[in-house]
Amino acid sequence: MDSINPILLIASLMVASTPILLAALGEMVVEKAGVLNLGVEGMMITGAVVGFAIGVNTGSSWAGFAIAAIAGAGLSMIFAIITQMLLSNQVATGLGLTLFGLGLSSLIGKPYVGMKAPGFAKLDIPVLSDIPVLGPILFRHDPMVYLSLAAILGVWYLLTYTRAGLVLRAVGENHNAAHALGYKVVRVRFMAIAFGGAMAGLGGAYVSLVRVPQWVEGMTAGAGWIALAIVVFASWRPWRILLGAYLFGGITVLQLNLQAAGSTVPVEYLSMSPYLVTILVLVIISVRGNHGAPGSLGRVFHASH
Amino acid sequence: MTDAYLAIDGLTKAYPGVVANDDVSFAIAPGQIHALLGENGAGKSTLVKMIYGLVKPDKGQMRVNGTPFEPANPHAARGAGVAMVFQHFSLFDALDVSENIALGMDNPPPMRELAQRITDVSEAYGLPLDPTRRVGDLSAGERQRVEIIRCLLQNPKLLVMDEPTSVLTPQEVEILFKTLNKLSDEGTAILYISHKLEEIRALCDHATVLRLGKVVGECNPREKSARELAEMMVGQTLHTPSRDYAEPGDVLLTVEGLTLAPANEFGTRLRDVAFELRAGEVLGIAGVAGNGQDELLAALSGERTTKPDAVRLKGIPIGRHGPNARRAAGLLAAPEERLGHAAAPEMSLTENALLTGDIREQLTTNGFVAWSKARDFAGKVIEAFDVRTPGTETAAGALSGGNLQKFVIGREILQRPEVLVVNQPTWGVDASAAAAIRQALLDLAAQGAGVVCISQDLDELMEISDRISALTEGRMAPPRPAKGITIEEIGLMMGGAHDMHEAHPEEANA
Amino acid sequence: MSLIRLEKRPAPSRLLSGLTPILAVIATMFAGGIMFAALGFSPFEAIRIIFWDPLFDPQFGPYSRPQLLVKAGPLILIATGLALGFRAGIWNIGAEGQYIMGAIVGAGAGLAFYPSESFLIFPFMVLAGAFGGWAWAMIPAILKTRFGTNEILVSLMLVYVAENILASVSSGLLRNPDGMGFPGSRNLRRDFPAASNTEIFADTGMHWGVVAAFIAVILAYVLMSRHKMGFSIRLAGEAPRAARFAGVSPARLIIFCLGTAGALAGLAGLFEVSGPAGQISIDFNTGYGFTAIIVAFLGRLHPVGILLAGLLMALTYIGGELAQLMLGMPAAAIQLFQGMLLFFLLAMDVFANYRVRIGTPEIAK
Repeated sequence: MDSINPILLIASLMVASTPILLAALGEMVVEKAGVLNLGVEGMMITGAVVGFAIGVNTGSSWAGFAIAAIAGAGLSMIFAIITQMLLSNQVATGLGLTLFGLGLSSLIGKPYVGMKAPGFAKLDIPVLSDIPVLGPILFRHDPMVYLSLAAILGVWYLLTYTRAGLVLRAVGENHNAAHALGYKVVRVRFMAIAFGGAMAGLGGAYVSLVRVPQWVEGMTAGAGWIALAIVVFASWRPWRILLGAYLFGGITVLQLNLQAAGSTVPVEYLSMSPYLVTILVLVIISVRGNHGAPGSLGRVFHASH
Repeated sequence: MTDAYLAIDGLTKAYPGVVANDDVSFAIAPGQIHALLGENGAGKSTLVKMIYGLVKPDKGQMRVNGTPFEPANPHAARGAGVAMVFQHFSLFDALDVSENIALGMDNPPPMRELAQRITDVSEAYGLPLDPTRRVGDLSAGERQRVEIIRCLLQNPKLLVMDEPTSVLTPQEVEILFKTLNKLSDEGTAILYISHKLEEIRALCDHATVLRLGKVVGECNPREKSARELAEMMVGQTLHTPSRDYAEPGDVLLTVEGLTLAPANEFGTRLRDVAFELRAGEVLGIAGVAGNGQDELLAALSGERTTKPDAVRLKGIPIGRHGPNARRAAGLLAAPEERLGHAAAPEMSLTENALLTGDIREQLTTNGFVAWSKARDFAGKVIEAFDVRTPGTETAAGALSGGNLQKFVIGREILQRPEVLVVNQPTWGVDASAAAAIRQALLDLAAQGAGVVCISQDLDELMEISDRISALTEGRMAPPRPAKGITIEEIGLMMGGAHDMHEAHPEEANA
Repeated sequence: MSLIRLEKRPAPSRLLSGLTPILAVIATMFAGGIMFAALGFSPFEAIRIIFWDPLFDPQFGPYSRPQLLVKAGPLILIATGLALGFRAGIWNIGAEGQYIMGAIVGAGAGLAFYPSESFLIFPFMVLAGAFGGWAWAMIPAILKTRFGTNEILVSLMLVYVAENILASVSSGLLRNPDGMGFPGSRNLRRDFPAASNTEIFADTGMHWGVVAAFIAVILAYVLMSRHKMGFSIRLAGEAPRAARFAGVSPARLIIFCLGTAGALAGLAGLFEVSGPAGQISIDFNTGYGFTAIIVAFLGRLHPVGILLAGLLMALTYIGGELAQLMLGMPAAAIQLFQGMLLFFLLAMDVFANYRVRIGTPEIAK
């Protein structure tokens, strides 16, 4: 266990957290609009395979990220059409999206098994990255890490201070009232769902292009579900998403380091720890009471006369 | 009619199976307080939605200041000077007052400026409101103020109010009327929708009466008696429930020290509720919705349990018993919300008969359902209470409000309860069904049962109660004999004085 | 501005809720055909190989037909249990984990007695398997009733935990001592007759798990249509407040629905490990627990519907394997095909619950 370097541990925590952070932030916006999309895992894995395939074919990770976001958003549109226009049950449809995404990704991914990702340069911010301790922890990451933090800031600002954010929250809080005031509930929700899909796609692509970096079938391994749990943990607040994602990233990195360091705890028990901690956190949150859930979350909206 | 602000000419709107509005015409002048009078289902709501751009008419036209007015959406309606206060508030519980108001405006100023304007307007019209409070924590009266101020901030030319007083105490109604009269003096036209005749006679200078989607008359309500207005509205002579007063019998139900935490974030806590109910007696509990009525019903029906002796039936503590144990003991209940609480809308009437009838009507043996017995029981309810339905296999949600309510009340009464608790038994029900339900409750009491009737409708309570109490913020006033009691006295029991106090801004700030 | 609008029916149309699964299957064949064509296969040939050849081809039929029951058995068993919860609005999506735990506990209970030949061993394993699944499902059930914790996320997280336990026991606790260090337990079917789930009629695929599935369907049918518990389940799903008013205890319902689903999934795991799979191994689970969710919905959450849906879904598995063999079609294409089926089904539900009207919109959009 002496081989664990705390600085590297914390630095790799930020990398390990980024996929969940992106996906959870997207899902939080979707849920703020009153929609529960359980298809995060499916959209992530699709983003992972599409991002990887584009990255390999173009040699550009940026292109991979961009197309992965589009693929995630595109997949989410299936969910949006079935739940918002055809008024289906959101839980069942989201589950379907996950199953569909898992199948789709393994179909697309077949030829890419065993290939290498194109690589994604780290920024190494001059001056700042040379600060002892803080430098390696905070300032030697790839751009997506910083973009994900910027996204938190952006979503927080949008939800708290802008008219668009207010309308989004209103739609999620009480869709009938929002409709009565003349807001376009379905249109707002379509946009939120697309955003959630794009963010999940980005998160997935980060797994296959940066974190692993190669394509392995089923490689997101429940990250999408953990992202859903983090939204609950965060009580639908952006900055707590950051906290939750980094907490889980920390546990993941720690257990991987323990595995590598040859801990006496069997590997399987270390690998199951993030899932057990997720359950534990969900229990603690529910004991405290699920405050902050949008009022119309998961309910079917049908504009009656 | 050239001086009219809004002129409506021949508006028609049909839904499958029903013509909601049939060739409706009338006009509203600036500064006029115009009543739109009609029963539930007369087409008032549809008409209002057409004016506010939520529904498009099939035929006919509207004019504002003489120019054609065809609002495609509420935004367009607001642009033309129309503002609306909804019957079921279009508010967002988790958002604060400023945010709620900003959502109802097309070009809201920055939040800080808006908060200042809210404070200014609310003081100017005697409707104090703190812009930073979360709307879910406000009382029904305060929530309505949010809606009214949202409208006033846009300087409306026409203010539409849909059943605004159903959630107010009598004292709050007075404050509202003052505000409306002030607005009228300033030249704002007001379209006031209600089925409460005394209010309309007190407030309005012109009335249009709707029945089954058609205009059946126009009048000055001050020149008509309430009874004349009622007969215009209903189209027939009304049957007033009759009753024989009997000496109250033994104590059936004792509630003592009933304290109950709210079921959800925005619920009301019951605080030390106490009363007794005797055989043959109707106890009326007045109060504005959201003051603990749902919680009281749940505590009596057994949906929420309490300490054992907080609720006693004939001396036996039943506070810990669930709904079915209480049914077995003779305590039955009918909740306010028909669809989804008292009945399951997508299930048949047979299944809905089983929903509460299982225990007393013995509709199951060893857990297996005797469907034929359940069907017979549903049939009995339908016949005895004149429920208009194609049959027992019709879904509950397909029935009209009045018919479903008759089914729900009838289902409990036919189980021969010793004590029946009902919450808002005639809410949203047409006049003839309401009269039938009230008569059934009186008949039940005459047969020696005790009835607790929780209602916002004070006229109803005065009509059927032996004793009256009121529930305010989870506290219950000691019941008083109903004979000779006035609306004002009930209003005082409902804690109207407390709200009067708040109505003075300088004191509210203190 | 749309000219098509939806109008809520007072009650779902029974005719259409029976018809939509059939329409969904047809639509999926159509869309699937397009997908197959895009992958470079002849759509007609692919559809024929998937849906027709496993049953009627003189060459493959005799081998494939028994497989139909082998695959359908666990799907029907699991879906029947899941449907109870789905009806009540209780979302157990961790059947895969309950299936794994049933297999581990059941196989472990049998292996403890190796090499006994007592006829009591297999019945004991059946009980142990049901217990394993039940106990695993009790975790989300108790967390939900005690603390209100979301059962969707907890039951799903427990799938990953169960997979790790599976990996651990197949290379540790239950590893075959005579297996020369390779991971995986003793083969129950080959090496341990008293613990083996044998075919009841040779070459039919009819093993004890299939019998259990049929019994589960019948019992679920009786429960849902004749018993008060079934009524309570439906009531809780359609109108939760009315259910509480009717005296239904939400906690008891959660314990019952999750427990039954867990026990049935555990049974499915036990019958699989002691029969078709033969042994506990790291890749023992193949996603039956997830596919059963599709089966439950395709069967309209109705026991008889689930029976038919399970057989159809089994057919797509076998047909998919055949297409893999004959055309080299990737296995994932079938998974995608199954996902599409669920989408089409959910999308077509709209016709059962709403009337579609064509004409001028009544509501300004």
